[in-house]
Amino acid sequence: MDRTVARAVRGLSRGGRRGPGAGRARGAGVVALAALPIAFLGVLFAWPVVAILRLGVTDGEVSRALAQAQTWDLAAFTLGQAAASTAVAVLAGMPVAFLLARVRLRGAGWVRTFLLVPFVLPTVVVGLAFKALWPGGGVATIVLANAFFNVAVVARTVGGLWAHLDRRAEDAARSLGASPWQAFRTVTLPALAPALASSAAVVFLFCSTSFGVVLMLGGGRYRTLETEIYLRTVELLDLSGAAALSLVQLAAVVLALVVGGVARRRRERAAPLRAPVTTARRPAGREWWVVGAALTVVAGLLVPILALVVRSLSTRDGWGFDGYRALAGSGDGALSVTGWEAALNSLRTAFDATVLAMIVGVLAAVALVAAGRARGRAARLAGETLDAALMLPLGVSAVTVGFGYLVTLDALPGDLRTSPMLVPLAQALVVVPLVIRMVLPVLRSVDDRLRQAAATLGAAPVRVWWTVDVPLAARSLAAAAAFGYVVALGEFGATSFLARPEAPTLPVAINELISRPGELNTQLAYAACTLLMLVTAGVAAVIDRLRAPHVGEF
Amino acid sequence: MLPRRLSQLTAVTVTGLFTAGCTLIGGGDGGDDDASSATTVTLATHDSFAVPQRVLDDFESRSGIRVEVLNQGDAGALANKLVLTKANPVADVAYGIDSTFASRTLAENVFAPYAPPAATEGPQRYALDDAGDHGSGGDGARLTAVDVGDVCVNIDTEWFASRDMPAPRTFADLARPQYSELLVTPSPATSSPGLAFLLATVADRGEDGWQDYWRKLKEGGAQVVSGWSEAYTQEFSGSSGNGPRPIVVSYASSPAAEIGDDGTPRTEALLETCYRQVEYAGVLSGTDRPDEARRVVDFLLSPEFQRTVPENMYVYPARSDIELPGSWQRAAPLPDDPAQLPADEVSEGREQWIEQWRALYEG
Repeated sequence: MDRTVARAVRGLSRGGRRGPGAGRARGAGVVALAALPIAFLGVLFAWPVVAILRLGVTDGEVSRALAQAQTWDLAAFTLGQAAASTAVAVLAGMPVAFLLARVRLRGAGWVRTFLLVPFVLPTVVVGLAFKALWPGGGVATIVLANAFFNVAVVARTVGGLWAHLDRRAEDAARSLGASPWQAFRTVTLPALAPALASSAAVVFLFCSTSFGVVLMLGGGRYRTLETEIYLRTVELLDLSGAAALSLVQLAAVVLALVVGGVARRRRERAAPLRAPVTTARRPAGREWWVVGAALTVVAGLLVPILALVVRSLSTRDGWGFDGYRALAGSGDGALSVTGWEAALNSLRTAFDATVLAMIVGVLAAVALVAAGRARGRAARLAGETLDAALMLPLGVSAVTVGFGYLVTLDALPGDLRTSPMLVPLAQALVVVPLVIRMVLPVLRSVDDRLRQAAATLGAAPVRVWWTVDVPLAARSLAAAAAFGYVVALGEFGATSFLARPEAPTLPVAINELISRPGELNTQLAYAACTLLMLVTAGVAAVIDRLRAPHVGEF
Repeated sequence: MLPRRLSQLTAVTVTGLFTAGCTLIGGGDGGDDDASSATTVTLATHDSFAVPQRVLDDFESRSGIRVEVLNQGDAGALANKLVLTKANPVADVAYGIDSTFASRTLAENVFAPYAPPAATEGPQRYALDDAGDHGSGGDGARLTAVDVGDVCVNIDTEWFASRDMPAPRTFADLARPQYSELLVTPSPATSSPGLAFLLATVADRGEDGWQDYWRKLKEGGAQVVSGWSEAYTQEFSGSSGNGPRPIVVSYASSPAAEIGDDGTPRTEALLETCYRQVEYAGVLSGTDRPDEARRVVDFLLSPEFQRTVPENMYVYPARSDIELPGSWQRAAPLPDDPAQLPADEVSEGREQWIEQWRALYEG
């Protein structure tokens, strides 16, 4: 008690000293916070991409490609399928978010954990599963498969914010005569808008660069900017054609981000956050319909997953664990390591990538919050630009980035091009935007008056952050870490375009096994998939449960 | 409050320590410390590269050269990455440049001249016509064949036997409707065996005839899927996927992986439908360890390495004095007379043929 009083008194006296200089000091602090994310983005993204584009941009070639109708057909199909996939993922993700955030039912925690499983599955394997379930293929299958991978993004991001929303506002609307739907639409939905927009933006970017799914389920017939950039760059070394398409891709992504940013800004405000314990309760009445819808989505996600597990257990003459036993070996000589070693490589790489991404992502998110609250227009604009720039790596082809590394990173000391650290660095590039999108809505929703109160009571900026922001954002920080780790575990695109020393991760190994003949290799590939799912579920379960003690604090 | 925070911190720290083993930092590459005297030579190759560690270790103890393998994606990615980085290469030696991509790397002077002594033990049969190119010295071959991996149409023999239907043998057979509807092939636009099959039809039917041939395949109902895995492990009836179609475009070596418990192969490669794919190795012209790099090329041509390629990479050794494993001799002999197009013709025609094929098949 005495200490608290002492602190308050000390704070008051210090608060009194906060004069005109405070704003400027804060500005300098923001710049310092943003320095690392900017450097990270500059070295690992902007520089390589610009370098490879400059190699391709020769006079005439690019404008010729831009004049072709085919280029614009590609762009239209790319954006169209991404928009459709995003819509499906949002529609499917919302009931699940409700289930995670507002429903106290036994097993809801397991749903949260399970949701991450689709995210790590190698696209080649999911593609095969979808192809087996819907042999026809086509656009509908592409959209469904893209949504399959991304329901978790919507459900977990929106669910994270939803769990903290004060339920009393809805209850007030209901008691004033609003129907459940009206209350949801006019009270809850606007409050969820930041998280909804964030997750939709991420899903859209993921889907617009979706590669394996489009290639496999489109039967080579449907092409997107991403698949075409891959063909032009990797197989034809037509850097001019690839550069033209990359510029179109970049423009489309920037446009999508600007539209999303405008929509987000209009809705953003500090919603009163509550501890989640008070917001979850047993569903009643028509809420059961929503729960039913959520469970239907979960069941739908289970279908391809079960198909994979079944395939891992089936042998030519029935059932068996041959594939699982083979994890201790390296297939029919197909791999340079055993299945277990590949799993360990995956865990290590993902750990490094997550640590890197959390450091960069959280620093960026804190800087963005501060910039958003700054008085000057320039500061806010700078913040918004940084926000959008940090999202770009999700929307730019991994091929462009990977080939960009080849022509730039040798200029750094120690030739990063062949360093084992390049893989986690490249994965972190993909994970950082996700961390930001998961943490930022919650940090922005923290009532600034809490921070001001803490500062008035004498807390230094770091302490304000530690005692106000961290406890409130703990759940989304943990969720972001879990999600980032899982994304890194399943990451294949960026990894596969880098020069990798002999330490294949599980997705790389699975891809290698599935491109070999022989029953054992196929079984081993599917068994490795199941292992990847189990590891993912395990990691997600541990991290999801880690956050529990934090949550009870406020 | 304080103890509680402390307990959380402890929990986090314990988790941290638990996962501390899970980082690449400080882990090194698994290289042995006692081998620090060895020179390291980096070998750039494609993702399908596989060799028993024992063989690399033996080479290291004999030569004092440690081979570090750098996977670079598929064969196309490997070749194109080498072209992009020729001024400052990521490796000293490259292996896995196939005949489709070889001419580009030669034109760009990615490789330095080197004729290994063992090149006359069989690899000379696959030598590229490298004489007309006088880029960097040009006084000798720059790429040496290391292995051969022909692409052939495979059939599920039992499927045909059980229906009393004669199995197809030739390209002409495949264009007949009763066989076309049973064929599945990976797309020439997105898959390397698919492209080889397209090249095979160009070689067999000629520049003027191949489009007609594909029109017949299309009308007959031949299925095109995006990649080899899908075609072979899912659509093909002779593999573990038990798919619906008994004819698939795959490799000459594939039947060696489909031998039943009784020792008889379940599938067969149609040796009259094969296209020759050769994989080459060479010393990168930008290397600063040319002597050691040459010794690694020698190693790739040594009997010790050549003997491992069938069972580790499903390809045939380029040396003629290496005996294939017994099961291969029965199920997957090397095709005698495969189709082949000159490398420069391929690099000139490839993009246009793919475009024409797309217009024809997908349009």
